[in-house]
Amino acid sequence: MTSESSFLPIIALLPFLGALIPGVMIRAGRTATATFTAVPTVLALVMLGVLAPGVLNGTVYTFSIPWLPQLGLEAAFFLDGLGLMFACMILGVGLLITLYARYYLSGEDPVGQFYTYLLLFQGAMLGIVISDNILLLLIFWELTSLSSFLLIGYWKHLPEGRQGARMALTVTGAGGLAMIGGMLILGNIAGSYNLTDILAAGDLIKASDWYTPAVILILLGAFTKSAQFPFHFWLPHAMAAPTPVSAYLHSATMVKAGVFLMARMWPALSGTELWFYLVATTGLVTMVIAAVIALFKDDLKGLLAFSTVSHLGLLTMLLGFGTEAAAIAAVFHILNHLTFKAALFMTAGIIDHEAHTRDIKRLGGLAKLMPITAVIGIVAALSMAGIPLFNGFLSKELMLEEASHTNWWENPWIVPVLATVGALFSVAYSLRFIFHVFGGPVRDDYPSKPHDPPMGMWLSPAFLCIFVVLIGVAPFLAEPVVNMAASAVTGHTTHAHLKIWHGLTPALYMSIIAVAGGAVLLLLHRPLDAAWIKAGPFYAKSAFDAVISGCVSLSRVISDNLHNGAISRYLAIFTAATVTAGYMAYLGGGIAPQTREMLPIAPVFAVGWVLLVCATGVVVFQHHMRYRALVVLGVIGLMVSAGFVFLSAPDLALTQISVETVTIMLLLLALHFLPKTTPVEKDTPRRLLDGAVALAAGVGVASLAYAFMTRDLDSISFYHLANSYKEGGGTNVVNVILVDFRGYDTYGEIIVLGIAGLVIFALMEALLSGPAGARLRNSGYNFDRSHDRHPLMMVVSTRVMMPIALMVGVYIFLRGHNQPGGGFVAGLVFSIALLMQYMASGFAWTMRRQQFEYHAMIGWGVVIAGLTGAGAWLSGTPFLTSAFGYVHIPPIEEFELATAALFDLGVFLCVLGAVMLMLYSLSRMARHAGETVNLEPLDYDPSRPAKMVEKGKA
Amino acid sequence: MITYALYFTMGCFGLGLLFNLLLVVRGPGQADRVLALDTMVINVIALLVCYGILQGTAVYFEASMLVAMVGFVSTVAYCRFLLRGDIIE
Repeated sequence: MTSESSFLPIIALLPFLGALIPGVMIRAGRTATATFTAVPTVLALVMLGVLAPGVLNGTVYTFSIPWLPQLGLEAAFFLDGLGLMFACMILGVGLLITLYARYYLSGEDPVGQFYTYLLLFQGAMLGIVISDNILLLLIFWELTSLSSFLLIGYWKHLPEGRQGARMALTVTGAGGLAMIGGMLILGNIAGSYNLTDILAAGDLIKASDWYTPAVILILLGAFTKSAQFPFHFWLPHAMAAPTPVSAYLHSATMVKAGVFLMARMWPALSGTELWFYLVATTGLVTMVIAAVIALFKDDLKGLLAFSTVSHLGLLTMLLGFGTEAAAIAAVFHILNHLTFKAALFMTAGIIDHEAHTRDIKRLGGLAKLMPITAVIGIVAALSMAGIPLFNGFLSKELMLEEASHTNWWENPWIVPVLATVGALFSVAYSLRFIFHVFGGPVRDDYPSKPHDPPMGMWLSPAFLCIFVVLIGVAPFLAEPVVNMAASAVTGHTTHAHLKIWHGLTPALYMSIIAVAGGAVLLLLHRPLDAAWIKAGPFYAKSAFDAVISGCVSLSRVISDNLHNGAISRYLAIFTAATVTAGYMAYLGGGIAPQTREMLPIAPVFAVGWVLLVCATGVVVFQHHMRYRALVVLGVIGLMVSAGFVFLSAPDLALTQISVETVTIMLLLLALHFLPKTTPVEKDTPRRLLDGAVALAAGVGVASLAYAFMTRDLDSISFYHLANSYKEGGGTNVVNVILVDFRGYDTYGEIIVLGIAGLVIFALMEALLSGPAGARLRNSGYNFDRSHDRHPLMMVVSTRVMMPIALMVGVYIFLRGHNQPGGGFVAGLVFSIALLMQYMASGFAWTMRRQQFEYHAMIGWGVVIAGLTGAGAWLSGTPFLTSAFGYVHIPPIEEFELATAALFDLGVFLCVLGAVMLMLYSLSRMARHAGETVNLEPLDYDPSRPAKMVEKGKA
Repeated sequence: MITYALYFTMGCFGLGLLFNLLLVVRGPGQADRVLALDTMVINVIALLVCYGILQGTAVYFEASMLVAMVGFVSTVAYCRFLLRGDIIE
């Protein structure tokens, strides 16, 4: 790793950092925004320029920082010839597009957004070409899909833009998903996710059984991205994007990402029969079909889009051949296609901008009206046609040369003939672009009178045309770059010699046939076009829409049936699935033999069991009577708590009985406003089915518990038992687990509890101010009830009990670390003590005496627990590591101070706040139902003269 | 001797629990059910205390205190629901 290497991550990051600026300076105007967009691009280009001489000499710069080493993910970058060529293309064209878009976009478009998206895309694209880690590459790959989605849909008011963006995202996203699978397989075979290692392990990969699925999955990703048949249909629809985007993404860079990937993976994957037949055939088919369609497209950008698809097919085919010469041709054509196609797109954009139409049938004669544009367009189009002295000719010759000696299924004719046909149509649509747009007489029915645009707009395509001609006339100038990239693709040094004249080779004859045939086709265009329209070509968009709507309705059917809104349905599905999974696991064997003896059953225990079973049965059969069911639930709660005590789990017993009480109170509060009986909603067979599911689940859980308890198992419990005092400083293992070993879980749980409390509060707020609140206000609130509202006996006894209960709470809290108890139980005891006051003296009276907001209590609880946990960082230990010590203050017994106690305080506050907030929210309902509040704590105060306390609304 | 006494006591309270369950299920009135539940709480407290004496530990005694407290509160809640409908007015 040299010092220059550290440029690599900066190059990758620069566009992302730069992307922040244009978005926020949207009001500064187009020029300022474009300038600031150019800054990171230029900086990155300068850095590449520093690295370029080294790369030309064959140095490969690498840079890596571990990111998630457990997953094999590293922020690793490397720069070799191929990467450098692509990076320069991306940045260079990016710069030209920045300039072009400044003039193309109107002042009304949100230019800042555009440049932000553009830089995001540029960064993602750069990331792809210089990442050395395939996982990192995948991340950038997905980012290009996302940013191109934003760019295609940039004109949000155009439905075609939105639909095109969705289609592009769907197709490339699905391909990306497939590619993730392929890359993971590849990484598994090679034993490393680093590209350099994978490329070196080519033979291993090709010999692997997993080679075929890996190749297919990766190619799916590459083909969708590079718009190969049959996934080509998204690219023409993506032309709804502003032209700078089309020129940048859909001709020069993003669609080449697939080609880049195939070139990158070339040493590892190519050279097999599978690779040849998959890649070369797809490329060939795409090249021919797209070239044919392009000829009949009237939309300028549509024509260029299909021609791009065709040229991408050409590149794919060359890479599929798997020979060194083909790889050289591919690299050379990537370069040439970039120059002429980006120029052509920008020309199309200029024409659209000036004439306000892109329909070829409404254009013509533009050569006289906009001469500069015409020169640029004609030069680029001639190169696309493959006319000598333009760069497109050179790489097309190389392609035809390669095609001429390629056998397909032992047939020497198929590939050369089809390649010539493709080239022929390519000539035809290129000439059509020239003659039907620029040639012919000047018309007088253009939507707008066209004239040459300002210089800023034609400068970019003109600049590219210089390269078109320069390379076309003096091809040796491109030799170093082509050799550099081709060496990187093939893995060993190549010596390409690019010449205009190769002698009388088959390629030359094929070229001549193509040019002559193309000219003839153009002459016949009118009748052919009529026939094409009459034949009614197949439109992929309708098929795509049908597939998508089919998927939507399929998932709707599935989700409507699984998620019909009835909780009984969810529970039934969930339970049945769980039981089935458990049963499958049981069938799978592996269950150890029983090792423990059955214990004798104590008579008292049997009584408890009978009570539990009977009470449960009563709830099942009588749950329609809701109040009665609640009373019986009380029996069950009591028995469960008693059972915990007998099974030596006093902690659980304390918690269980407190939770039980609070739950009963919540249910009673809610039941007040609910019907007192549950109607029967289902017919008998349904209920029997539900019963069967429930029974199966019960049997499953029971047998699981039986299986566990009759076997000796090695569980984590022993670790907790052994280390609770040593590491957590407490002898109450349950509490130490809660606040120390699993403190992180507890921390999450109290946050969830707090959120639940706040959500209930918020829901009730919304409920009461909505229609439900109105219904509540109108509901009659008068049934026969006792006149003892706040009986003297009860008020006095709860007042006496309050300090005792609070003291019990404090006691339970303090000793929690070593004896049964802890913050959770203490919080519940405190809330029960407070609830007693609410019940005895009423809501209003108690609320007036309440000093702390319950919301704040939840917040403080979470903050205290979090700060305690973070305090561990100060001593250099991980989050929530507890420290403890012993304190002795004379009259009191020696006691322990642990940071865990502070954490427990957080738990305590959170529980108290949440429980009280829930009860508070529920009991507020009564006020909305029109119930009156009392002013006095007692119905009858013996110290005062008797009077009627129950008054009207306070 | 104390062991047998404890066994006898626990047997009695266990039997009491069963009878209480009968009352909870059968009723006839809602108040009867609540009263029976309250009695059950008291029986369980007794059982816990006896069990604690049998095992010679004070932990169960504390548990029984807490059960007594919350048992009282839930009985009050059930009763308030019967009498006034709304447990927190």
